[in-house]
Amino acid sequence: MELLTIDIAHVLAGALLLTSFMLLYQDRLSGLINIYTLHAVILSLSVAWQAYYQDAPHLYFTACIAAVFKALIIPFSLRRIIKRLRIHRTVEVVGGVGITMLIGIFLVALSLVVMLPATASADPLSREDIAFALAIVLLGLLMMVTRRNAVSQIIGFMSLENGLILAAAGANGMPLVVEISVAFSVLIAFIVIGIFLFRIRERFDNVDLSELDRVRGGRS
Amino acid sequence: MSSDLLLVSNALIGIPAAAAIAVALEPAYRRSAIINLCASGATFLFALVLLVVEPESGGYLFVDDLNIVFIVLSTFIGFTTSVYSASYIDHELETGRLTTRNVRFYHAMYQSLMCAMNLALLASNIGLMWVAVEVATLTTVLMVGMYRTPHALEAAWKYFILGSVGIALALFGTILIYMAAEPVLGQGYDAMVWTTLMSQAPQFNPRMLNVAFVFLMLGYGTKVGLAPMHAWLPDAHAEGPTPISAVLSGLLLNVALYAVLRFKMLLTANAAAITPGPLMITLGLASLIMAAFMLYRRGDIKRLFAYSSIEHMGIIAFAFGMGGPLANFAGLLHMTMHSLTKSAIFFSVGHIAQAKGTQKIADIRGLTQSHPALGWSLVLGVVAIIGLPPLGIFMSEFLVVSSTFARQPLLAIPLVFGLLLAFGALLLRLTGMAFGEPSRDHGEVKASMWPVYAHLSLVLLAGIYLPSHVVTWFQNVARLLG
Repeated sequence: MELLTIDIAHVLAGALLLTSFMLLYQDRLSGLINIYTLHAVILSLSVAWQAYYQDAPHLYFTACIAAVFKALIIPFSLRRIIKRLRIHRTVEVVGGVGITMLIGIFLVALSLVVMLPATASADPLSREDIAFALAIVLLGLLMMVTRRNAVSQIIGFMSLENGLILAAAGANGMPLVVEISVAFSVLIAFIVIGIFLFRIRERFDNVDLSELDRVRGGRS
Repeated sequence: MSSDLLLVSNALIGIPAAAAIAVALEPAYRRSAIINLCASGATFLFALVLLVVEPESGGYLFVDDLNIVFIVLSTFIGFTTSVYSASYIDHELETGRLTTRNVRFYHAMYQSLMCAMNLALLASNIGLMWVAVEVATLTTVLMVGMYRTPHALEAAWKYFILGSVGIALALFGTILIYMAAEPVLGQGYDAMVWTTLMSQAPQFNPRMLNVAFVFLMLGYGTKVGLAPMHAWLPDAHAEGPTPISAVLSGLLLNVALYAVLRFKMLLTANAAAITPGPLMITLGLASLIMAAFMLYRRGDIKRLFAYSSIEHMGIIAFAFGMGGPLANFAGLLHMTMHSLTKSAIFFSVGHIAQAKGTQKIADIRGLTQSHPALGWSLVLGVVAIIGLPPLGIFMSEFLVVSSTFARQPLLAIPLVFGLLLAFGALLLRLTGMAFGEPSRDHGEVKASMWPVYAHLSLVLLAGIYLPSHVVTWFQNVARLLG
């Protein structure tokens, strides 16, 4: 029974990692939002499973935040934003999918190599979860580096943050997880509101960050 | 925790929090500026009380010799900046760069920032500290983007993304510290509280601590502005309102540094873990030399001093990385002197930019003739920041360099090289701005100069005579830092 519990936790964490890979190569914004929704749903299941396994009722709350805020409200508002900004049909140019995937695989290997020996004495459940979580964090960073569009960068950041919540939930009995996930939700809400408010109504033509680079001209 | 101390530390967090709500509800901007000023002043007075009560820990807050230094320094600069900000904001309202609604928001954010910084410094718990640093980041992002120009929004966006990635990495490190402590201290809060963490640190899994420290160093190091994670810093300093540049350089960088120092102490306590020093030395030297080179090509006065902040944070990280009583003492002194001097420089720079209507160095000339008070304050500030005697930074830099020569002579070479490079660059820029034929003025400025004078006279005083109380106090803290 113990083994099955651990296996289920690993399957969920692994699914989260796979979804991160899907985010890496998805070039349509609407598709990206759909995959992010899936990411959030898996996260919420995974956290709920940890709550059940560790018998930690406060984690159910974190799972609820993930389900309601990240899987419903955020995708809904992002969809509205890209429609308002008229970029919902945009196909982003994601340079070198093959290379990005290879780097992604390398990052996963790296996080396993770094984390597994370091956590040799830890609980088997949290041990592999934290390795998966690090991989998700690194993939999120990779996505933020490879994308030019602000909306996809934010989705990259949110997937990174999902990895952190997975790690925090996986650390046995860690207090303040709820507070941390609330703090992060506030941060993300600000980012999303930020793109919405500061977009075209102000002076940008679109939310492509290369536009921002253009603005830099003539400054030092 | 004794009731006095509890009252004081709660006041340090409660006053700014209450003031933030009060100014948010107050539509008249003059009155909100006064509330802002009074609240910052009251917070500073309460911080002074910490100097006389016996430090101890308890509840979710704790006070020891280390964080008292940071709290007194940051509440003092928070107070003087609020004085300066009142006159700065007045001018911005007159010229129409800001509306009264903006100002209301600005004051609310200012007090929230003070609240978050005090909470980060006082938190007894690594998770709570992280949350506070995150809130501090958020409030400064909102203030940096206040002018809503494309440049300001770009700066805010860049700061937001890099800052968020930084704190995300720091959170991962925090989780790892918890996981390292949990087998020893058991589940729950004990494994996140500084006092218990410090006492049990020798038994933690060293490999886990190593990995955790790398994440914490990179994460909080981003917020310290260490190279190569410094990209947000010049933009955020240059595009936001100048009081915020002063607060960023004078306080927020220190708060992030405080977090790094705490975790450094934790690693030093565990003999089997890596020594955190070399990592800090490397990042510090890299920041120093990179920033020193960058200083030569700056065309924007606020950017110039932002790079100088990176340079000095590099020196401070270097000093703390060296460790030992003397280098730690030098690091603490340098941090204090840098905060005071740099915020004084930004105070003058803000008024200079208002007087000349530009931040371009090329368009600012002959300040000592056209605006003697502002011009000479800038001269004195820059003379202090480049480390000329008899000002305080000369003394702290001298201590850093001499302790490096005594212990690691080879490391002193890049250090001195970086210092001289920065010296030349700032002197070069200063002569152009301060002397010669004055350039055209943009309009009248009612400058409030006493915050500048207060900071600079403290720096001068420290350079000439450092009271023995302060010396013993800093020596105690330096010993604590290991």
